[in-house]
Amino acid sequence: MSVLVNKNSKVIVQGFTGSEGTFHAGQMIEYGTNVVGGVTPGKGGQMHLDRPVFNTVKDAVEKTGADVSIIFVPPAFAADAIMEAANAGIKVIVCITEGIPVNDMVQAKEYIKGYDCRLIGPNCPGVITAGEAKVGIMPGFVFKKGKIGIVSKSGTLTYEAADQVAKAGLGITTAIGIGGDPIIGTTTREAVELLMNDPETEGIVMIGEIGGNLEAIAARWIKENGTKPVVGFIAGETAPKGRTMGHAGAIVGGADDTAEAKKRIMRECGIHVVDSPAHIGKKMAEVMGVTA
Amino acid sequence: MNLHEYQGKSILKSYGVAVQEGIVIDKVEDAVEAAKKLTEQTGTGWYVVKAQIHAGGRGKGKVQETDSNGVVLAKGLGEIEDKVKGILGGHLMTAQTNGKAKKVNKVLIAQDVYYPGEAETEEFYMSVLLDRERGRNTIVYSTEGGMDIEAVAEHTPEKIYKEEIDPRVGIQGFQARNIAFNLGLSGQAFKEMTKFVVSLYNAYVGIDASMFEINPVLKTSDNKIIAVDAKVTLDGNGLFRHPDYAAMRDVTEEDPTEVEAGEAGLNFVKLDGNVGCMVNGAGLAMATMDIIKLSGGNPANFLDVGGTANAERVEKAFHIILKDPNVKAILINIFGGIVRCDRVAQGVVDAYKNMGNIPVPIIVRLQGTNAEEAKKLIDESGLNVHSAVLLQEAADKVKEVLA
Repeated sequence: MSVLVNKNSKVIVQGFTGSEGTFHAGQMIEYGTNVVGGVTPGKGGQMHLDRPVFNTVKDAVEKTGADVSIIFVPPAFAADAIMEAANAGIKVIVCITEGIPVNDMVQAKEYIKGYDCRLIGPNCPGVITAGEAKVGIMPGFVFKKGKIGIVSKSGTLTYEAADQVAKAGLGITTAIGIGGDPIIGTTTREAVELLMNDPETEGIVMIGEIGGNLEAIAARWIKENGTKPVVGFIAGETAPKGRTMGHAGAIVGGADDTAEAKKRIMRECGIHVVDSPAHIGKKMAEVMGVTA
Repeated sequence: MNLHEYQGKSILKSYGVAVQEGIVIDKVEDAVEAAKKLTEQTGTGWYVVKAQIHAGGRGKGKVQETDSNGVVLAKGLGEIEDKVKGILGGHLMTAQTNGKAKKVNKVLIAQDVYYPGEAETEEFYMSVLLDRERGRNTIVYSTEGGMDIEAVAEHTPEKIYKEEIDPRVGIQGFQARNIAFNLGLSGQAFKEMTKFVVSLYNAYVGIDASMFEINPVLKTSDNKIIAVDAKVTLDGNGLFRHPDYAAMRDVTEEDPTEVEAGEAGLNFVKLDGNVGCMVNGAGLAMATMDIIKLSGGNPANFLDVGGTANAERVEKAFHIILKDPNVKAILINIFGGIVRCDRVAQGVVDAYKNMGNIPVPIIVRLQGTNAEEAKKLIDESGLNVHSAVLLQEAADKVKEVLA
């Protein structure tokens, strides 16, 4: 078992022949991900990285049976790429692209509601199921196979958490980078729910940041439905109000979306919150009763 | 990206939103002529002089040099020049300028819209923004205009209404009527409000805005509905579609170091602390700021150097961080995944040597691919650089150098 992606996933790459697409597709293949082809409009019929290139996602799905897509197309065209993937029948759409206009995502998110699919991202590092499939841009070696699932809005902070968890002797089942934009396909709560339902996952690390209320919603869901211990961290305690901190969604608007407020709610809901990002692994080991 | 009131109003007007008319000037000598022209256009006899800065609370704010408020009324042509002199070129401090006065480079001379007439004037509040949880744009409005909306939300939440817009069809007539009814309007004012709301929403989507705040929306004594103020924020990610709006950016409103960093492709936010930091990735950068605080310091900045932390970028980042004389130490925190730590370490060493002497201690924490080689490279460089591999070690070293 695993969530979202595994060794049976058939993955296509949208924006396959571009520089980002080429580099990361190569890394994914090296990791062992079953990349069955890619899409670049106008380059259909060519071969790239020993895989076929298609003009449309529909063609790619028909010819390869792909069920997962990863998107590297530039921001101006990324919402279109998400909708194309949904329309073609892709089940898990992972959008890496950063910088998509918010109004484009409002449209795309509404559009894909009509399809049986799940969007991860945009502006995210992707999803990795340790030892099976990497559909993202994360360094695979950090995610040692184990028992802990990770949900995070951030890239490098996810790697940091995975590294600490691995060094604490626990390892990772699946890590889901949900993305740092104001509108994302899969929320913190939904990603946590996926991991709660995964029999291989025994504990969850939930990493959030300032802005929005996704962590508070997830925390309340965990209080009602949680069956596994959750360690939490919220980045941006020291961020000033009203300033965007790198991620388009990381901005403190009111009193409820500060790191302090989120951590308070998470603690009230029984989540093991750490104030220092250096203590994520240590806390997880402690909660799981493991000595590193 | 934030716009000035006069810029926001000109864009709204182009979408058919009725606004308080005005003429913007940047020289006192142009004041009388602008006022005369405005009278020709609108028939106004009085004028409102409004400081153009990127901050609210201007009406109650004070110009440091003259003690004038940031928004004042000139009762006739004879008063206009003195009123403009009181604001233009001065430094305006308001409740929203974070304790620092902002230079006023432009003022808007606007028509007086509170003229007496058959009906009472009424002020409303209206904003358009994204409801992140719902993933849809929402119009938030209230009968309590001209006031601090956060205070209204706290004390009389029942006076705040919301209308969520379905992105597949956009704003509908019944929604505009809902708003006009809830604001207690009838007759001509009702019709005007429905038109106002529809135009406002269409402008929001059309220009890729991320926030509109119109406070107040005024019902005039002759039942017109107009935007008296306009706070317009554009979605930076949508600007590629609107080069004309992108050109409205006023860099004098921004921190000069942030502008310089932006030009170098670095994501940088200036803060007030004593420990600078340089990190790859926004989430880890925020987490690093938090670590600095937990170690007894305060972050002097947010800085995401991105994926390619080479010597050139590291050197640029050093320059930018060191412009701040309050910086007593710098923490570099790089999680090397795809990028190799030893390359980053070499970049740090090269940048350090290129700059000659860096006057503050530097803590370099490199974790990930080739972390041990990187540590060795730093340790053997002979420079005033402390190395760390674990995040906790880096935190401890920050504490040490601050002690």
